[in-house]
Amino acid sequence: MPAVSVDQLSKSYDNLVALHQASFQVEGGELFGVIGPDGAGKTTLFRILTTLLVPDQGKALVHGHDVVRDYRSIREVTGYMPGSFSLYHDMTVEENLEFFATIFNTTIRENYHLIQDIYRQIEPFKHRLARNLSGGMRQKLALSCALIHRPRILILDEPTTGVDAVSRKEFWEMLISLKEQGITTLVSTPYMDEAGLCDRVALIQKGRIMKIDPPDKIRREFPGKLWYVKARHKYRLLQDLQNYEGLATVYPFGESVHITTYNDRLNARDLEGYLKRTGHEDVQIAQAPATIEDCFMELMNQ
Amino acid sequence: MTMKSDNQYVIIAHDMVKKFGRFTANDHLNFRVAEGEIFGFLGANGAGKTTAMRILCGLSAPTSGKVSVAGYDVYKNAENVKKNIGYMSQKFSLYEDLTVKENFRFYGGIYGLSGKKIKERISVLLEKLDFTHAIDRKISDIPLGWKQKLAFSIAIIHEPRIVFLDEPTGGVDPITRRQFWEMIYETSSRGITVFVTTHYMDEAEYCDRVTIMDKGVIEALDTPENLKSRYNVDTMDQVFVKIAR
Repeated sequence: MPAVSVDQLSKSYDNLVALHQASFQVEGGELFGVIGPDGAGKTTLFRILTTLLVPDQGKALVHGHDVVRDYRSIREVTGYMPGSFSLYHDMTVEENLEFFATIFNTTIRENYHLIQDIYRQIEPFKHRLARNLSGGMRQKLALSCALIHRPRILILDEPTTGVDAVSRKEFWEMLISLKEQGITTLVSTPYMDEAGLCDRVALIQKGRIMKIDPPDKIRREFPGKLWYVKARHKYRLLQDLQNYEGLATVYPFGESVHITTYNDRLNARDLEGYLKRTGHEDVQIAQAPATIEDCFMELMNQ
Repeated sequence: MTMKSDNQYVIIAHDMVKKFGRFTANDHLNFRVAEGEIFGFLGANGAGKTTAMRILCGLSAPTSGKVSVAGYDVYKNAENVKKNIGYMSQKFSLYEDLTVKENFRFYGGIYGLSGKKIKERISVLLEKLDFTHAIDRKISDIPLGWKQKLAFSIAIIHEPRIVFLDEPTGGVDPITRRQFWEMIYETSSRGITVFVTTHYMDEAEYCDRVTIMDKGVIEALDTPENLKSRYNVDTMDQVFVKIAR
């Protein structure tokens, strides 16, 4: 039995299609990422799976339970971390954790082993009000609260949004260690660079899932070829590349610019000559492996 | 960088300190930002970035130190600072129940532009965005990516000396994120200084110089190229992790 099974799920708000015929399955113990920008449908999908929203069409099972009919059983087997801060600001760290343990008929002591790696980091501040925690600490507390009733499946809605790069890395390390304990995790994120840490990812845009695969496979299957171009003046480089004939896409990527051509061929020497003539220095051109973000943009353009 | 005289800097922070009770949020910050520069302002959550930005925008007075923005002292002349800067954040949204044009007129009016000037700016900015056709659409009917681009255009409607962008691309799709950075480049090429915060480390590479704050102090301030070579790594992400971890 898959941990999560989603079949042709659709949801609209008035005339806005939030989710259109989404289908996928998540295996037990898998770390599954749902990757897409704001408004792609990630939260709608997760709210349906956590029984907070009823789909218009389609069917979804979580740990074998139907999200509409068996909503009570689902709440026991899932731990949910919503996108916005879900804790009680006017309670302390410890009170929040105790509250979530109590409503699930358990105690902190009983399941401490599940959360100890994460909770230990914030335990020194257990008498601090939740509102006074830093972003990284809030995340750790919210994750502890979502785990305290020993769920089989974790559903985390954008846990790293607005969080700095270091706290993001620490959070992903926690997810990977939970995976080692056999917990199934569904996690959404707008940061494409986090895709590589998942077993499989669904790339989602405008309510539609564009692709589902392991991240390495998605990168390998990038249609066509990709090159990077570097030169000293990035903005001028971008403008000059946009004026160069034969290029299909020109996108800035960190310190370089990624380009594709219409026929998958590039005469690097010609391009280099053109860039030198237009006054560029330190020009470098080479074929580049595609990142998930390249793949996402390619799918958006289709 | 070549030496510049003081009047070529649109932001000068000298020993800028901000304390809240016993907590020091900004501990003697020193930096200068040149006209037309794209200045990245990074740091972990809680490092003191928001506090510093609020001071530079004239919204909060420093506890001590000398800070001038667009030639005005933020302590003595906060109102003039506000008139000469633009500000946009991820969270700040346009008025959802007003149209595109009404939002432009509203902000243009706030900054004291004449009706004629506002009209002229609307036409220039929307044409640049290739969005003139949507001038009468309500903001609530416009996709997020477009809203962010419109919010940026509105933040520079009064042609400020400096525009502050606080995580302007958070949650935006990757194509729009890149179009947004082209707008930033274009703005800076016209001499407007861009002061920007982001959690996307690839965007740190697009900045002329980057500041990395940690626990209230500036840990590093240099071009992305120099930072990477100093820390002997390949990406700004790695620089950030080395400093903030």
